[in-house]
Amino acid sequence: MNTKTITCIECPVGCRIGVDMEGCRVVKVSGNKCPKGEKYAISEIENPMRVLTTTVAAEGLGIRRLPIRTSAPISKANIPEVMRVIRSVKVSRPVRVGESIVKNVCGTGADIVVTRSVD
Amino acid sequence: MAAAISAHESGVKDILLLERDLYLGGLLNQCIHTGFGLTYFKETLTGPEYASRFVERVRAIPSIEVVTRAFAVRLTGEKTVDYLIPGHMVSVRAKAVVMATGSRERTREMAHIAGTRPAGIFPAGLAQRLINIEGYLPGKNVVIVGSGDIGLIMARRFKLEGAEVKAVIEIQPVTRGLVRNVVQCLDDFGIPLYFRHKIAHIYGKDRVEGVDVVRVDEEMREIEGSRFSMGCDTLLVSVGLIPENELIEMAGAELDKKSNTPVSGRMNETSLPGIFVCGNSYKVYDIVDTVSACAENAGRMAAGYLGKVEQQV
Ligand code: SF4
Repeated sequence: MNTKTITCIECPVGCRIGVDMEGCRVVKVSGNKCPKGEKYAISEIENPMRVLTTTVAAEGLGIRRLPIRTSAPISKANIPEVMRVIRSVKVSRPVRVGESIVKNVCGTGADIVVTRSVD
Repeated sequence: MAAAISAHESGVKDILLLERDLYLGGLLNQCIHTGFGLTYFKETLTGPEYASRFVERVRAIPSIEVVTRAFAVRLTGEKTVDYLIPGHMVSVRAKAVVMATGSRERTREMAHIAGTRPAGIFPAGLAQRLINIEGYLPGKNVVIVGSGDIGLIMARRFKLEGAEVKAVIEIQPVTRGLVRNVVQCLDDFGIPLYFRHKIAHIYGKDRVEGVDVVRVDEEMREIEGSRFSMGCDTLLVSVGLIPENELIEMAGAELDKKSNTPVSGRMNETSLPGIFVCGNSYKVYDIVDTVSACAENAGRMAAGYLGKVEQQV
Protein backbone atom coordinates (compact mmCIF):
# COMPACT_ATOMS: atom_id res chain seq x y z
CA MET A 1 0.00 0.00 0.00
CA ASN A 2 1.04 3.52 -0.83
CA THR A 3 0.38 6.65 1.26
CA LYS A 4 0.36 10.20 0.02
CA THR A 5 -0.34 13.51 1.76
CA ILE A 6 -2.18 16.23 -0.11
CA THR A 7 -3.63 19.61 0.84
CA CYS A 8 -7.35 20.15 0.42
CA ILE A 9 -8.12 23.33 -1.54
CA GLU A 10 -11.89 23.30 -1.12
CA CYS A 11 -11.83 25.94 1.60
CA PRO A 12 -9.32 28.26 3.33
CA VAL A 13 -8.68 25.77 6.19
CA GLY A 14 -6.38 23.80 3.89
CA CYS A 15 -6.49 20.42 5.69
CA ARG A 16 -3.57 18.05 5.19
CA ILE A 17 -5.17 14.86 4.02
CA GLY A 18 -3.59 11.42 4.11
CA VAL A 19 -4.53 9.17 1.22
CA ASP A 20 -3.88 5.42 1.28
CA MET A 21 -3.77 3.89 -2.17
CA GLU A 22 -3.61 0.47 -3.67
CA GLY A 23 -2.26 1.02 -7.15
CA CYS A 24 -4.21 4.00 -8.50
CA ARG A 25 -7.23 3.31 -6.31
CA VAL A 26 -7.88 5.26 -3.12
CA VAL A 27 -8.69 2.96 -0.21
CA LYS A 28 -8.66 5.34 2.74
CA VAL A 29 -8.78 9.09 3.30
CA SER A 30 -7.87 10.63 6.67
CA GLY A 31 -7.28 14.03 8.24
CA ASN A 32 -10.08 15.89 6.44
CA LYS A 33 -12.22 18.07 8.70
CA CYS A 34 -15.31 17.67 6.54
CA PRO A 35 -16.76 15.35 3.87
CA LYS A 36 -15.76 17.68 1.03
CA GLY A 37 -12.17 16.77 1.78
CA GLU A 38 -12.73 13.10 1.07
CA LYS A 39 -14.33 13.82 -2.30
CA TYR A 40 -11.54 16.21 -3.14
CA ALA A 41 -8.82 13.73 -2.18
CA ILE A 42 -10.25 10.95 -4.31
CA SER A 43 -10.66 13.18 -7.33
CA GLU A 44 -7.22 14.72 -6.79
CA ILE A 45 -5.61 11.30 -7.04
CA GLU A 46 -7.76 9.83 -9.77
CA ASN A 47 -8.52 12.86 -11.96
CA PRO A 48 -7.61 16.28 -10.59
CA MET A 49 -10.28 18.86 -11.37
CA ARG A 50 -10.17 22.65 -11.24
CA VAL A 51 -12.56 25.49 -11.85
CA LEU A 52 -10.83 27.61 -14.50
CA THR A 53 -11.14 31.37 -14.18
CA THR A 54 -9.82 33.86 -16.71
CA THR A 55 -11.11 36.70 -18.89
CA VAL A 56 -12.38 37.09 -22.45
CA ALA A 57 -12.23 40.13 -24.70
CA ALA A 58 -15.11 42.59 -24.37
CA GLU A 59 -16.00 44.98 -27.15
CA GLY A 60 -18.07 48.13 -26.99
CA LEU A 61 -19.18 47.48 -23.42
CA GLY A 62 -17.15 50.11 -21.57
CA ILE A 63 -14.78 47.45 -20.19
CA ARG A 64 -11.98 45.67 -22.03
CA ARG A 65 -12.01 42.28 -20.35
CA LEU A 66 -14.93 40.29 -19.09
CA PRO A 67 -14.21 37.78 -16.30
CA ILE A 68 -15.42 34.21 -16.86
CA ARG A 69 -15.33 30.80 -15.15
CA THR A 70 -16.14 27.26 -16.02
CA SER A 71 -19.58 26.35 -14.65
CA ALA A 72 -18.06 23.25 -13.00
CA PRO A 73 -14.58 21.93 -12.28
CA ILE A 74 -12.88 20.56 -15.38
CA SER A 75 -10.07 18.08 -15.65
CA LYS A 76 -6.68 19.76 -15.17
CA ALA A 77 -5.51 18.09 -18.37
CA ASN A 78 -8.14 20.02 -20.36
CA ILE A 79 -7.06 23.45 -19.15
CA PRO A 80 -4.58 24.32 -21.95
CA GLU A 81 -7.10 23.38 -24.63
CA VAL A 82 -9.91 25.33 -22.96
CA MET A 83 -7.61 28.37 -22.66
CA ARG A 84 -6.99 28.20 -26.41
CA VAL A 85 -10.73 28.25 -27.11
CA ILE A 86 -11.31 31.09 -24.67
CA ARG A 87 -8.68 33.27 -26.38
CA SER A 88 -10.81 33.46 -29.51
CA VAL A 89 -14.02 34.40 -27.66
CA LYS A 90 -15.22 37.98 -27.83
CA VAL A 91 -18.32 39.37 -26.12
CA SER A 92 -19.98 42.47 -27.58
CA ARG A 93 -23.48 42.36 -26.13
CA PRO A 94 -24.75 43.05 -22.61
CA VAL A 95 -24.54 39.98 -20.36
CA ARG A 96 -25.61 39.07 -16.82
CA VAL A 97 -23.64 37.26 -14.14
CA GLY A 98 -24.01 33.52 -14.63
CA GLU A 99 -24.89 33.73 -18.32
CA SER A 100 -23.30 30.99 -20.36
CA ILE A 101 -21.39 32.07 -23.48
CA VAL A 102 -19.86 28.74 -24.57
CA LYS A 103 -21.75 25.49 -24.01
CA ASN A 104 -19.93 22.27 -23.14
CA VAL A 105 -16.50 23.74 -23.76
CA CYS A 106 -14.14 21.21 -25.41
CA GLY A 107 -16.53 18.43 -24.45
CA THR A 108 -15.78 18.85 -20.74
CA GLY A 109 -19.45 19.05 -19.87
CA ALA A 110 -18.88 22.50 -18.35
CA ASP A 111 -20.00 25.82 -19.83
CA ILE A 112 -18.08 29.08 -19.92
CA VAL A 113 -20.11 31.53 -17.85
CA VAL A 114 -19.52 35.23 -17.31
CA THR A 115 -18.97 36.34 -13.73
CA ARG A 116 -19.79 40.00 -14.12
CA SER A 117 -22.77 41.85 -15.54
CA VAL A 118 -22.28 44.56 -18.15
CA ASP A 119 -24.99 46.68 -19.71
CA MET B 1 -21.67 48.30 0.14
CA ALA B 2 -22.09 45.94 3.11
CA ALA B 3 -21.88 48.90 5.49
CA ALA B 4 -24.47 50.85 3.48
CA ILE B 5 -26.83 47.89 3.43
CA SER B 6 -26.51 47.24 7.14
CA ALA B 7 -26.93 50.94 7.96
CA HIS B 8 -30.11 50.86 5.90
CA GLU B 9 -31.28 47.73 7.67
CA SER B 10 -30.60 49.43 11.00
CA GLY B 11 -32.96 52.25 10.06
CA VAL B 12 -30.76 54.91 8.45
CA LYS B 13 -32.86 56.76 5.87
CA ASP B 14 -30.37 58.77 3.81
CA ILE B 15 -27.17 57.10 2.69
CA LEU B 16 -24.59 58.32 0.18
CA LEU B 17 -22.14 55.78 -1.23
CA LEU B 18 -19.06 57.28 -2.91
CA GLU B 19 -16.91 55.20 -5.26
CA ARG B 20 -13.90 56.54 -7.08
CA ASP B 21 -13.90 53.90 -9.82
CA LEU B 22 -16.38 53.62 -12.69
CA TYR B 23 -18.18 50.76 -11.00
CA LEU B 24 -18.83 49.37 -7.53
CA GLY B 25 -16.96 46.42 -6.07
CA GLY B 26 -13.44 47.77 -5.78
CA LEU B 27 -10.64 45.22 -5.73
CA LEU B 28 -13.08 42.32 -6.11
CA ASN B 29 -13.55 43.15 -9.78
CA GLN B 30 -9.97 42.25 -10.53
CA CYS B 31 -9.96 39.15 -8.29
CA ILE B 32 -11.48 36.94 -10.97
CA HIS B 33 -10.45 33.68 -9.25
CA THR B 34 -12.78 31.64 -7.07
CA GLY B 35 -12.66 31.19 -3.32
CA PHE B 36 -14.89 34.01 -2.12
CA GLY B 37 -18.13 33.73 -0.25
CA LEU B 38 -17.87 30.33 1.40
CA THR B 39 -18.84 31.72 4.80
CA TYR B 40 -21.12 34.50 3.71
CA PHE B 41 -23.03 32.92 0.82
CA LYS B 42 -22.22 29.24 1.56
CA GLU B 43 -20.85 28.75 -1.94
CA THR B 44 -17.60 29.53 -3.63
CA LEU B 45 -17.73 32.57 -5.89
CA THR B 46 -15.30 34.62 -7.94
CA GLY B 47 -14.57 38.20 -6.85
CA PRO B 48 -16.82 39.83 -9.45
CA GLU B 49 -19.65 37.42 -8.59
CA TYR B 50 -19.28 38.20 -4.90
CA ALA B 51 -19.32 41.95 -5.63
CA SER B 52 -22.32 41.68 -7.93
CA ARG B 53 -24.43 40.12 -5.18
CA PHE B 54 -23.86 43.26 -3.15
CA VAL B 55 -24.35 45.57 -6.13
CA GLU B 56 -27.77 44.03 -6.71
CA ARG B 57 -28.73 44.49 -3.08
CA VAL B 58 -27.51 48.10 -3.04
CA ARG B 59 -29.43 48.91 -6.23
CA ALA B 60 -32.63 47.55 -4.70
CA ILE B 61 -32.47 50.03 -1.81
CA PRO B 62 -33.71 53.48 -2.90
CA SER B 63 -32.35 55.26 0.16
CA ILE B 64 -28.78 54.43 -0.87
CA GLU B 65 -27.59 56.97 -3.42
CA VAL B 66 -24.53 55.77 -5.34
CA VAL B 67 -22.06 58.16 -6.96
CA THR B 68 -19.28 56.59 -9.01
CA ARG B 69 -16.19 58.43 -10.26
CA ALA B 70 -16.30 60.30 -6.96
CA PHE B 71 -12.88 60.83 -5.49
CA ALA B 72 -12.98 61.85 -1.82
CA VAL B 73 -10.20 64.35 -1.21
CA ARG B 74 -11.00 65.81 2.20
CA LEU B 75 -12.63 64.79 5.43
CA THR B 76 -13.01 66.95 8.51
CA GLY B 77 -13.66 66.03 12.13
CA GLU B 78 -17.07 67.73 11.70
CA LYS B 79 -17.79 65.04 9.08
CA THR B 80 -17.72 67.19 5.98
CA VAL B 81 -16.62 65.16 2.97
CA ASP B 82 -15.30 66.89 -0.16
CA TYR B 83 -15.17 64.80 -3.29
CA LEU B 84 -14.28 65.38 -6.91
CA ILE B 85 -16.51 64.19 -9.68
CA PRO B 86 -15.60 64.87 -13.31
CA GLY B 87 -15.85 68.62 -13.76
CA HIS B 88 -16.33 69.79 -10.20
CA MET B 89 -16.03 69.37 -6.48
CA VAL B 90 -18.90 68.57 -4.16
CA SER B 91 -19.05 69.09 -0.43
CA VAL B 92 -21.44 67.15 1.80
CA ARG B 93 -22.02 67.36 5.51
CA ALA B 94 -22.75 63.95 7.01
CA LYS B 95 -23.94 63.00 10.47
CA ALA B 96 -21.86 59.83 10.41
CA VAL B 97 -19.17 58.59 8.05
CA VAL B 98 -18.04 55.02 7.34
CA MET B 99 -14.70 54.77 5.58
CA ALA B 100 -14.13 51.72 3.41
CA THR B 101 -11.03 52.99 1.64
CA GLY B 102 -9.22 49.66 1.52
CA SER B 103 -5.50 49.32 1.39
CA ARG B 104 -2.62 49.84 -0.98
CA GLU B 105 0.27 47.60 -1.83
CA ARG B 106 3.66 47.73 -0.23
CA THR B 107 6.22 48.53 -2.88
CA ARG B 108 9.69 47.45 -3.90
CA GLU B 109 11.08 50.45 -2.01
CA MET B 110 9.46 49.24 1.21
CA ALA B 111 10.96 45.78 0.72
CA HIS B 112 14.43 47.35 0.38
CA ILE B 113 15.65 45.54 -2.73
CA ALA B 114 18.99 46.75 -4.07
CA GLY B 115 19.79 47.34 -7.72
CA THR B 116 18.75 49.46 -10.66
CA ARG B 117 15.34 51.02 -11.20
CA PRO B 118 14.24 49.74 -14.60
CA ALA B 119 10.73 49.25 -15.97
CA GLY B 120 9.13 45.88 -15.28
CA ILE B 121 8.79 45.97 -11.49
CA PHE B 122 5.13 45.80 -10.50
CA PRO B 123 3.24 45.40 -7.27
CA ALA B 124 1.39 42.11 -7.82
CA GLY B 125 -2.06 43.66 -7.47
CA LEU B 126 -1.27 46.23 -10.13
CA ALA B 127 -0.24 43.45 -12.50
CA GLN B 128 -3.53 41.77 -11.65
CA ARG B 129 -5.42 44.89 -12.62
CA LEU B 130 -3.45 45.22 -15.87
CA ILE B 131 -4.24 41.65 -16.91
CA ASN B 132 -7.78 41.20 -15.65
CA ILE B 133 -9.23 44.66 -16.18
CA GLU B 134 -7.07 46.45 -18.74
CA GLY B 135 -6.18 43.39 -20.80
CA TYR B 136 -2.40 43.83 -20.93
CA LEU B 137 0.17 41.19 -20.08
CA PRO B 138 2.92 43.17 -18.32
CA GLY B 139 5.70 40.62 -18.92
CA LYS B 140 6.68 37.28 -20.36
CA ASN B 141 9.26 35.99 -17.95
CA VAL B 142 8.38 36.59 -14.34
CA VAL B 143 9.93 36.30 -10.89
CA ILE B 144 7.69 36.96 -7.89
CA VAL B 145 8.93 38.32 -4.57
CA GLY B 146 6.84 37.39 -1.58
CA SER B 147 4.36 34.55 -1.29
CA GLY B 148 1.31 36.61 -0.31
CA ASP B 149 -1.98 35.46 -1.80
CA ILE B 150 -1.96 38.02 -4.60
CA GLY B 151 1.54 36.95 -5.63
CA LEU B 152 0.55 33.27 -5.70
CA ILE B 153 -2.62 33.96 -7.65
CA MET B 154 -0.68 36.05 -10.14
CA ALA B 155 1.83 33.25 -10.68
CA ARG B 156 -1.02 31.10 -11.98
CA ARG B 157 -2.53 33.99 -13.90
CA PHE B 158 0.69 34.72 -15.81
CA LYS B 159 1.19 31.04 -16.50
CA LEU B 160 -2.34 30.64 -17.89
CA GLU B 161 -1.75 33.61 -20.16
CA GLY B 162 1.30 31.91 -21.59
CA ALA B 163 4.07 33.67 -19.68
CA GLU B 164 6.93 31.88 -17.96
CA VAL B 165 7.00 32.09 -14.16
CA LYS B 166 10.50 31.35 -12.92
CA ALA B 167 9.97 31.24 -9.17
CA VAL B 168 8.38 32.72 -6.10
CA ILE B 169 10.92 33.98 -3.57
CA GLU B 170 9.90 34.12 0.11
CA ILE B 171 12.18 35.32 2.87
CA GLN B 172 10.17 33.59 5.62
CA PRO B 173 10.28 29.80 6.17
CA VAL B 174 6.51 29.58 5.49
CA THR B 175 4.10 31.09 3.00
CA ARG B 176 2.27 34.30 3.86
CA GLY B 177 -0.64 33.21 1.72
CA LEU B 178 -3.16 30.41 2.11
CA VAL B 179 -1.83 26.88 1.63
CA ARG B 180 -4.54 26.17 -0.91
CA ASN B 181 -3.08 28.87 -3.11
CA VAL B 182 0.37 27.29 -2.96
CA VAL B 183 -1.22 24.04 -4.12
CA GLN B 184 -3.47 25.31 -6.89
CA CYS B 185 -1.33 28.20 -8.12
CA LEU B 186 2.24 26.93 -7.82
CA ASP B 187 2.23 23.12 -7.48
CA ASP B 188 -0.32 22.74 -10.28
CA PHE B 189 2.03 24.54 -12.65
CA GLY B 190 5.35 23.29 -11.32
CA ILE B 191 6.45 26.75 -10.18
CA PRO B 192 9.19 26.53 -7.52
CA LEU B 193 8.78 28.35 -4.21
CA TYR B 194 12.04 29.27 -2.49
CA PHE B 195 11.64 29.75 1.26
CA ARG B 196 14.27 31.67 3.26
CA HIS B 197 15.48 33.35 0.09
CA LYS B 198 15.48 36.97 -0.94
CA ILE B 199 16.27 39.09 -3.97
CA ALA B 200 19.76 40.48 -3.48
CA HIS B 201 19.91 42.61 -6.60
CA ILE B 202 17.84 43.74 -9.58
CA TYR B 203 19.62 44.13 -12.94
CA GLY B 204 18.60 45.96 -16.09
CA LYS B 205 18.87 49.44 -17.54
CA ASP B 206 15.58 50.23 -19.25
CA ARG B 207 13.80 46.96 -18.55
CA VAL B 208 14.42 44.33 -15.88
CA GLU B 209 16.94 41.80 -17.20
CA GLY B 210 17.40 39.56 -14.20
CA VAL B 211 17.77 39.23 -10.46
CA ASP B 212 20.19 37.72 -8.00
CA VAL B 213 18.63 35.46 -5.40
CA VAL B 214 20.31 34.57 -2.14
CA ARG B 215 19.54 32.27 0.78
CA VAL B 216 19.24 33.81 4.25
CA ASP B 217 19.77 32.39 7.71
CA GLU B 218 17.46 32.66 10.73
CA GLU B 219 18.56 36.25 11.33
CA MET B 220 17.82 37.13 7.71
CA ARG B 221 21.53 37.49 6.92
CA GLU B 222 22.72 36.45 3.49
CA ILE B 223 24.41 33.07 3.45
CA GLU B 224 27.70 33.44 1.68
CA GLY B 225 28.15 31.49 -1.52
CA SER B 226 24.42 30.85 -1.93
CA ARG B 227 23.82 33.58 -4.48
CA PHE B 228 22.48 32.64 -7.91
CA SER B 229 21.02 34.51 -10.87
CA MET B 230 17.71 34.26 -12.66
CA GLY B 231 16.92 35.93 -15.96
CA CYS B 232 13.53 37.67 -16.12
CA ASP B 233 11.86 40.69 -17.69
CA THR B 234 9.37 41.25 -14.90
CA LEU B 235 9.49 41.29 -11.13
CA LEU B 236 6.25 41.17 -9.16
CA VAL B 237 6.33 42.38 -5.61
CA SER B 238 3.79 40.81 -3.26
CA VAL B 239 4.90 41.87 0.19
CA GLY B 240 1.73 42.88 1.92
CA LEU B 241 -0.78 45.69 2.15
CA ILE B 242 -1.01 48.94 4.07
CA PRO B 243 -4.39 50.28 5.16
CA GLU B 244 -5.31 53.50 3.40
CA ASN B 245 -6.25 56.03 6.07
CA GLU B 246 -5.05 59.43 4.89
CA LEU B 247 -8.53 60.95 4.99
CA ILE B 248 -9.29 60.14 8.61
CA GLU B 249 -5.79 61.25 9.50
CA MET B 250 -6.56 64.55 7.79
CA ALA B 251 -9.71 64.77 9.89
CA GLY B 252 -7.61 64.40 13.02
CA ALA B 253 -8.08 60.74 13.87
CA GLU B 254 -5.32 59.04 15.76
CA LEU B 255 -3.44 56.38 13.76
CA ASP B 256 -1.12 53.62 14.86
CA LYS B 257 1.95 54.66 12.89
CA LYS B 258 3.26 51.15 12.53
CA SER B 259 0.21 49.54 10.99
CA ASN B 260 -1.43 52.72 9.65
CA THR B 261 -4.71 51.66 11.23
CA PRO B 262 -7.02 53.79 13.38
CA VAL B 263 -6.52 53.71 17.12
CA SER B 264 -9.93 52.79 18.44
CA GLY B 265 -11.62 51.66 21.60
CA ARG B 266 -14.10 49.37 19.92
CA MET B 267 -14.12 47.47 16.64
CA ASN B 268 -14.52 49.83 13.64
CA GLU B 269 -14.33 53.01 15.72
CA THR B 270 -11.84 55.84 15.35
CA SER B 271 -10.84 58.41 17.93
CA LEU B 272 -13.37 60.77 16.28
CA PRO B 273 -17.02 60.32 17.25
CA GLY B 274 -19.22 59.37 14.31
CA ILE B 275 -16.35 58.41 12.00
CA PHE B 276 -16.03 54.66 11.48
CA VAL B 277 -13.64 52.54 9.45
CA CYS B 278 -14.24 49.08 8.01
CA GLY B 279 -12.66 46.48 5.76
CA ASN B 280 -9.01 46.56 4.82
CA SER B 281 -8.63 50.16 5.91
CA TYR B 282 -9.54 49.11 9.45
CA LYS B 283 -7.24 46.09 9.37
CA VAL B 284 -5.85 43.97 6.54
CA TYR B 285 -8.04 40.88 6.21
CA ASP B 286 -7.32 37.60 4.40
CA ILE B 287 -10.88 36.68 3.58
CA VAL B 288 -13.53 38.90 2.03
CA ASP B 289 -16.37 37.27 3.96
CA THR B 290 -14.82 38.64 7.13
CA VAL B 291 -14.53 42.06 5.49
CA SER B 292 -18.26 42.05 4.76
CA ALA B 293 -19.04 41.08 8.35
CA CYS B 294 -16.74 43.85 9.59
CA ALA B 295 -18.42 46.37 7.29
CA GLU B 296 -21.86 45.34 8.48
CA ASN B 297 -20.76 45.97 12.01
CA ALA B 298 -19.52 49.44 11.00
CA GLY B 299 -22.86 50.18 9.32
CA ARG B 300 -24.74 49.18 12.48
CA MET B 301 -22.43 51.25 14.64
CA ALA B 302 -22.96 54.29 12.45
CA ALA B 303 -26.71 53.76 12.73
CA GLY B 304 -26.42 53.42 16.49
CA TYR B 305 -24.41 56.62 16.67
CA LEU B 306 -27.04 58.49 14.62
CA GLY B 307 -29.74 57.20 16.95
CA LYS B 308 -27.89 58.62 19.94
CA VAL B 309 -27.24 61.96 18.24
CA GLU B 310 -30.91 62.33 17.35
CA GLN B 311 -32.00 61.64 20.92
CA GLN B 312 -29.79 64.46 22.17
CA VAL B 313 -31.33 66.99 19.77
S1 SF4 C 1 -11.44 18.96 4.28
FE1 SF4 C 1 -13.17 20.36 4.53
S2 SF4 C 1 -12.45 21.77 6.13
FE2 SF4 C 1 -10.61 20.74 5.37
S3 SF4 C 1 -9.85 22.11 3.77
FE3 SF4 C 1 -11.16 20.59 2.78
S4 SF4 C 1 -13.16 21.60 2.65
FE4 SF4 C 1 -11.95 22.73 4.17
